[in-house]
Amino acid sequence: MAKRRVAVVGGGLAGLATVMKLAELGVEVDLFSLTPVRRSHSCCAQGGINSVNGLTRQLGDSEWRHFEDTVYGGDFLQHQPPVKEMTEWAPRIVDLMDRLGVTFNRTPEGFRDQRRFGGTLFARTAFAGATTGQQLLYALDEQVRRWEVGGKVVKHEFWDYLGPVIDDRGIARGCVAQDLVTMQIRVFPADALVIASGGCGLIFGRSTMSMACTGSAVSRTFQAGVRYANGEFIQVHPTAIPGADKLRLMSESARGEGGRIWVPRKPQDPRPPHLIPENERYYFLEERYPKYGNLVPRDIATREIFNVCTREGLSVERDRLCVYLDVSHLPRDVLDRKLSGILEIYEKFQGVDPRQQAMKIFPAVHYSMGGLWVDYARSASGGLEVGSPRNHQTNIPGIFAVGECDYQYHGANRLGANSLVSCIFSGLITAPGIVALLESLPGGAAADQPSSLYDRAFREHQARFKALLARDGNGENPYRLHEKLGQIMTRAATVVRHNEDLDRAYDEVRELEERATRCALADTSTWTNQNLVFTRALADMFPLAKTILKGARARDECRGAHYKPDFALPDVSATDPTERRRQAEAWCDRFEENNRRWLKTTIAVLDSAGEPQLSYEEVDTSLIPPRPRLYGVVGGNLIEEVWQQRQAARAAKPVPVG
Amino acid sequence: MSSPRDPYEHGGGPARREAFDVVVLRQDGPGKPSYWERHRVAYEPDMNVISVLQRIAANARTAEGKPVAPIAWECNCLEEVCGACTMVINRRVRQACTALVDRLLDEHPGQIELRPMSKFPVIRDLVVDRSRMFETLKKIRAWLPVDSYLDMGPGPRQSQDNQELAYVLSKCMTCGCCLEACPQYVKIELQRQPGETDEQFDQRQKAAFDRGFLGAFAIAQIDLFNTNPIGEMTSRERLDALVAEGGIQVCGNAQNCVRVCPKEIPLTRSIARAGRIATRHVLKRWFDR
Repeated sequence: MAKRRVAVVGGGLAGLATVMKLAELGVEVDLFSLTPVRRSHSCCAQGGINSVNGLTRQLGDSEWRHFEDTVYGGDFLQHQPPVKEMTEWAPRIVDLMDRLGVTFNRTPEGFRDQRRFGGTLFARTAFAGATTGQQLLYALDEQVRRWEVGGKVVKHEFWDYLGPVIDDRGIARGCVAQDLVTMQIRVFPADALVIASGGCGLIFGRSTMSMACTGSAVSRTFQAGVRYANGEFIQVHPTAIPGADKLRLMSESARGEGGRIWVPRKPQDPRPPHLIPENERYYFLEERYPKYGNLVPRDIATREIFNVCTREGLSVERDRLCVYLDVSHLPRDVLDRKLSGILEIYEKFQGVDPRQQAMKIFPAVHYSMGGLWVDYARSASGGLEVGSPRNHQTNIPGIFAVGECDYQYHGANRLGANSLVSCIFSGLITAPGIVALLESLPGGAAADQPSSLYDRAFREHQARFKALLARDGNGENPYRLHEKLGQIMTRAATVVRHNEDLDRAYDEVRELEERATRCALADTSTWTNQNLVFTRALADMFPLAKTILKGARARDECRGAHYKPDFALPDVSATDPTERRRQAEAWCDRFEENNRRWLKTTIAVLDSAGEPQLSYEEVDTSLIPPRPRLYGVVGGNLIEEVWQQRQAARAAKPVPVG
Repeated sequence: MSSPRDPYEHGGGPARREAFDVVVLRQDGPGKPSYWERHRVAYEPDMNVISVLQRIAANARTAEGKPVAPIAWECNCLEEVCGACTMVINRRVRQACTALVDRLLDEHPGQIELRPMSKFPVIRDLVVDRSRMFETLKKIRAWLPVDSYLDMGPGPRQSQDNQELAYVLSKCMTCGCCLEACPQYVKIELQRQPGETDEQFDQRQKAAFDRGFLGAFAIAQIDLFNTNPIGEMTSRERLDALVAEGGIQVCGNAQNCVRVCPKEIPLTRSIARAGRIATRHVLKRWFDR
């Protein structure tokens, strides 16, 4: 039997977890990454990693409750079996990372310490200082280096994945990639191809994501025929530090420790914040949400900050939207003991000490819940069939997707500290399925395929590269087009969405896409040509940008991060009890009606003209029935009561046998 | 204010400066001559060296208006956790992302100077080849050799003190600042010989790297892994690397490393500890012969 090889694109947590598990199972791997894998975007995760643990278990927590919080937080849009399996693995994953040397914070007795994060009542989150993602990434990077020395893994760092090789039967047989130093293009036969390339934040111009997060690897796979699911679900984090190059995350823990969000009541008050008296400050979250205050759920905080700056014109600065996040009133020892890590980031990048003066923050694009469509094999107990090649395989046989670039775990909204666990889990569950696939490859191994298949793929990509290089002269500037794309996408498809804006944005993006075909290269050399690589990545942003816009335009509802005020359910605002009851009943009717229409996965495919076409797929909600997500809804208690009564009445009715 | 606009757009604002010069030491490729180039950049609030390089790339013209290829540089996270964007800025090695333009112009009014690191071969412009650092991590076996990735329960319990010591060492992002500042760390740049295959060249280069100095970052990593309860079980192989050719004995104790580390890792503390342990290890090996 010919030797089997697997190609993995992307070396963040998901890619590295896949590689190390494959290597342990005896499979040889080629690993491709735009950067040395130790510099991948996973290192930016700050907060921690969620799992039920010994302590929370004794307070009533369980794998099931972690599962429940995740699907409730995600507004029930995710298939439930993969989420159930993930939350069952989570405690074992954290144990494994502990054995691999992650420097988790400790209790005085020497156990792992845990903190509480959004969307749950339990302190489930293990953490390593303020850089948990970095520490997890290093542990996996070290394991993969061990396998590299052991001869199982070949790393191709500073390589750009150009696309899959697909044979006449529609089966993936490898990939094409380009060395970003020498610009040499090579074909890599592989028996399975795993895409683990992370999010696509650069489509929004500036975001909290790293510069490698262009979405290009995903887009190239999408353009080759893999389906893209739930593209319209983009998480916008409420608090980031606006920067000229990037929007840097300011962790939720600043508010958890007592930080307050406010704007001056007088628009663009020129005085420095500490000289504005208390009665001239507008603590809008505290005033509007007396119960939750500054700790309202992420999507609500994000929308309120956005509205106070845009609709109400109360941005702190005239020329840039921002509000104050103030911790300067907190005791110095609290700041130093609990928040020093994140306050240093602010000080380092803004040159202002937040202990003395309020921080200026604004929401920023943070995470893509949607991604490449992947399958799963449901087990009898409602989890996953471990070892099935269906797990994480896309609609093209032989192509898998794991990590942020798949759509599987977070539904319409991701809970904090769930991304790290989903990345590692998806890698660990996918590897044994790939091994099973390698044992019964349809049509033989990649190494046995005719060389004409690979020659054709090489020639195609080589020709594209040459054509791009030949484009000099007075064309469009790719950096300016990217800036424009970011402005359009941020305006139309982030916090608040309106159909007119989405329609206009779609037309504008199509126009930009057309202009991008006329981009001129300022650099036509064939050595470390970053100008060319960027221009190519820009072209690949458009199919995803259009998919995000089209999915958002079509989905006439509010769900998780996708918020369209024109389709929001009305508040229960009447004072007369009978009328209130009627309103709550009507609310529940509309909620059920809306779920019948929209509790569905959006599936996009690209047609031959390069336009995304949408269809919808049922969501497996068989384990936990969907219910209203009532954080911060006016009249929520009454809606909850009506909803419970309806469920009880339904349960009492005999189920027809048949 | 009702019309939507780009919420992140910077307007004019109270700009303190209008424009400034950036001089860059460029090089088109390995073995090519280096040359200085001057760019003029319009001032914006909150700029760092990354955004300066982004503006230069978009403009692609020198201060004199001559069209040029964008400057090549390496970056990723822009939050000083990935270690990619190390360069020599105003004569000091540091991360481009945390090099704020306001501060740089306060230090040296009117002009910012950018050079590639000098201890690594230049690939192009500000991009250097730091693969030697990753090869060093292989040499010192910087990983925990666990039995398997199956479920074996949690790792060993550890004290808060131990965690704090380990965490500060494990924040090392392989940026290379400590090596750039080290008088003992010497650049290794091999020329390809006629008829040499890629594989032969790689082998020859790896052998040269193996003989070269480990550097402060690697000594701190040995300290990290050898004080981990699991790592301690295989400490001998890391100590062998510590005292081999290019090991800790090369350190001249200049202590520049600890002064330039952007993560404030106590590198000299690790070097001192490793020095004591290395002496014991060498003696033990000698007596065990």
